[in-house]
Amino acid sequence: MKRDDSIKIAGVSGYLLFLIVSFVCGFNPGKEIGHNFVSFSIGMLKLLPCAFILIGLFEVWVKRETVEKHFGEESGIRGYIWALILGGTTVGGLYVSFPVAYSLYGKGAKLSIILTYIGASGICRVPMAIFEASFMGIKFTIIRLMVAIPLVILTSIALGDYLTKRNYKIREGK
Amino acid sequence: MYYLYIVTGFALLLSFIINREKTFKAIKIATNRFVTILPAFLGMLILVSIILFLIPDKLISNYLGKNNIFIGVLLASFFGSITLIPGFIAFPLCGILLKKGVLYMVLSAFSTTLMMVGVLTYPIEKEYFGVRLTILRNIMSLFIALVVALMTGIFFREIF
Repeated sequence: MKRDDSIKIAGVSGYLLFLIVSFVCGFNPGKEIGHNFVSFSIGMLKLLPCAFILIGLFEVWVKRETVEKHFGEESGIRGYIWALILGGTTVGGLYVSFPVAYSLYGKGAKLSIILTYIGASGICRVPMAIFEASFMGIKFTIIRLMVAIPLVILTSIALGDYLTKRNYKIREGK
Repeated sequence: MYYLYIVTGFALLLSFIINREKTFKAIKIATNRFVTILPAFLGMLILVSIILFLIPDKLISNYLGKNNIFIGVLLASFFGSITLIPGFIAFPLCGILLKKGVLYMVLSAFSTTLMMVGVLTYPIEKEYFGVRLTILRNIMSLFIALVVALMTGIFFREIF
């Protein structure tokens, strides 16, 4: 076993032990942390199985050429538009978009396009934007989107090109 | 959220009708990947549960309104970056803060960093994309959030 892994296992066991002891002794901070953990876990477990099944279906059905054509080196501006649309309709946020982006990258999508997708899944998810506008006013949401979207695309291109030139490889086999 | 279940169910059914073997393969891939990334998710959940305890909503509301505008924006970006609050809690909170007189600019910094900068999602992001890309992407996102806050401030005539 790697040293890294044993530290992680020790950390998780320590955490669990702390929660158990807290619940047994009625230590409130520990109980609150336990409640946070459970409620967040449930929230994620509602989304993740669906997200991963869709990723699985994507992996077996979508051809590499299709991804390369729409999200790859040759896709041009269309690739970024696709990335925005896909990001805008992703449910959940960053932690769902990472595995999706990883799958797209594995099938030949360009790095700057998947970075745009990740950014878009953060800032312009449609249901969330509507919800935001209802609390903050439509002007607030429009300013945010009009400023953030171009910046996301530009910084994604800059970062993608920078890392591609330096032959940055993201990890395989996740 | 329900449309995700409907879409997934429909896609799975369609796939199953067209090709049974491919569908089983897809489910196998889905399970494998889910299990592989699960430890990273566990790491994130542990961090989230602790951070949410240390930095509750009340603390955030207390700090955002009381300072000068630039410290307000910086504090908001800090809170937004290190917490992970779902939208259905974050926006009502922003709405309440807005009524209390917190500036749009500060709330914009808070909500944008909340959505784009993920210190707590670091364990997951790093697993997929490596340390360097993760750090660079988050720095870029913080920068974007600050520009968005600045522009929000200008459009709402809170600065200049």
